[in-house]
Amino acid sequence: MSNLREQVGPYFGEFGGRFVPESLIAALDELDATYQAAKADPSFAFELSELHRTYTGRPSIITEAKRFASLAGDVRIFLKREDLNHTGSHKINNVLGQALLAKRMGKTRIIAETGAGQHGVASATAAALFGLECVVYMGQVDTERQALNVARMKLLGATVVPVTTGSRTLKDAINEALRDWVTNVETTHYLLGTVAGPHPFPTMVRDFHSVIGNEAKRQLQDEFGITPTVVAACVGGGSNAIGIFHAFLDDENVRLVGFEAAGDGMDTPRHAATLNFGKPGVLHGAKSYMLQDEDGQTIESHSISAGLDYPGVGPEHAWLKDLGRAEYRGISDAEAMDALRLLSQTEGIIPAIETAHALAGALKLGKELPAGSSILINLSGRGDKDMETAARYFGLIGDSK
Amino acid sequence: MSTSDVIKSNSDAGKDTLIGYFPLGYPSLEESIEAAVAMVEEGVDVLELGVPYSDPVMDGLVIQEATQLALEKGFRLRQTFDAVKAVSSRVDAPVLVMTYWNPVSQYGVAKFADDLKASGGAGLITPDLIPDEAKDWLAESDRTGLDRVFLVAPTSSPERVKRAAELSRGFVYAVSTMGITGAREEVDSLARGVVSSVREQAPQQNAAVGIGISSGEQAAEVNAYADGAIVGSAFVKAYQRGGIDALRQQVRDIVSGLNRTGK
Repeated sequence: MSNLREQVGPYFGEFGGRFVPESLIAALDELDATYQAAKADPSFAFELSELHRTYTGRPSIITEAKRFASLAGDVRIFLKREDLNHTGSHKINNVLGQALLAKRMGKTRIIAETGAGQHGVASATAAALFGLECVVYMGQVDTERQALNVARMKLLGATVVPVTTGSRTLKDAINEALRDWVTNVETTHYLLGTVAGPHPFPTMVRDFHSVIGNEAKRQLQDEFGITPTVVAACVGGGSNAIGIFHAFLDDENVRLVGFEAAGDGMDTPRHAATLNFGKPGVLHGAKSYMLQDEDGQTIESHSISAGLDYPGVGPEHAWLKDLGRAEYRGISDAEAMDALRLLSQTEGIIPAIETAHALAGALKLGKELPAGSSILINLSGRGDKDMETAARYFGLIGDSK
Repeated sequence: MSTSDVIKSNSDAGKDTLIGYFPLGYPSLEESIEAAVAMVEEGVDVLELGVPYSDPVMDGLVIQEATQLALEKGFRLRQTFDAVKAVSSRVDAPVLVMTYWNPVSQYGVAKFADDLKASGGAGLITPDLIPDEAKDWLAESDRTGLDRVFLVAPTSSPERVKRAAELSRGFVYAVSTMGITGAREEVDSLARGVVSSVREQAPQQNAAVGIGISSGEQAAEVNAYADGAIVGSAFVKAYQRGGIDALRQQVRDIVSGLNRTGK
């Protein structure tokens, strides 16, 4: 297994492609051509890396979590601190890249879908920075459980549209964004926030996030002199996971483990563990694993974490799973919330609930690994947005709710 | 008669063609069958029966709400074939099925084609399957002789129009506007451009125009330069308003605006 890193789509094995209305093909071709031209243009890479240096705050640091690691057996745990990026998550990496492309294409309006609100906030931020109009589609259920992020997006000048169709979560927000895009494609760039969707999104979004793994690999070498035994991340659509995995894809000695949301538990039907329980199918423009019934109707996912509450997953993850290059496991709501509390109280870092799935996974992995192993975790987002959910979950602010 | 023959014979006789959409299972399977039959009785030339799907990205609110209701009421994919069989045994009009791709791919493309053929269906309209991704469907539709209707859009390049139109059988679906299904005040002038591109790239192919057409006037206007007008949301809305009686009236209203005599 070598050269896995060189896959550039539109297919990853049997996965990927473009299962979208013909009306969108010209826009996808334009985006692909613009992206290819930008990749070949050193001024684009320079502009993006300067933005990351002076605005995002890259490179993000590595924190060794010693007290947290002591709960996970005899292993070292390293956190790649994407939570310290401007806007509080890894999402900004992709958003700034795509916003620059939108400008190159002369688009004046960006639209985005969001689950937890992290991608919506990052998109609204980039729109403010570049003077673009921004509309964010967000499932109505999510606007309620992530009310703080809705307020942030509005303050940044974006319009937030609550989506009331279907399951009223991330899946339906993507449907609504696609409908908007079909209608307004001439002026509008769809700033898709994960490594799903039609080509070139899975490849392009991965490339913009690959900075995470590239930095982390070098930092672990330079600062600690190690190569990690395992690289771990949470997986919803899969953007932060592919971002940190990608640098290590061809390093056969590095295990890659993604943690999906198991919701109420892997033995219940209420989960979002697409790669564990889904089947290959077509959703949101690409072939990948998805939660569906025998008629091919999408099954609603369940997770306490809005950002992982998605019945699909990026096609590159589907491919890595089938190749056996990456493993995907499930972490329940309860396990994730425990890990959230543990990291807060051992390291003074409050992670996003999404990220807490990777932390819970690392606690389990640590106990299975040989002594002296090391786990690199993508600390993909901070937990400020989740304080209301966490406060209610842990009963921290009385029982008024 | 095949879909293509119906359209061609209308066109040779100078008559306008009306293609009508109705969602299966809305508000029940039986009622959707009655609605489809009624539409043909009032003058629809070709039927397009929609398979309800959980994630219909090409549909506006009217059709979304109808198909979501059908799913909530328990519509199952295999009932597509029961409905097609029931409708095609009662009317002569070709019965096409409009479906997003995932249900077909989960059912199995070959089996879907066989079962559609056996139930008397004419073929498929596939709004989210472009020819580039349609290898299996091209093979199975050739094997069974089923119609396959691809879409062309105002933004499609000449090469893409040529490929989609040449690979279509029955007609090619010319998307009138940049947008999703739903009635509009005016049919976009873009529609003319799409149809003339089909004429240039694939002169032998029928081109029917859809999206946004809701009146007899609009349908007639489209028929002046295309081989047919496709109406969907307006029929669903009419049904919502007053059941099959209102649906019949809506079909009659549209047909009254068309040239049905050939003169």
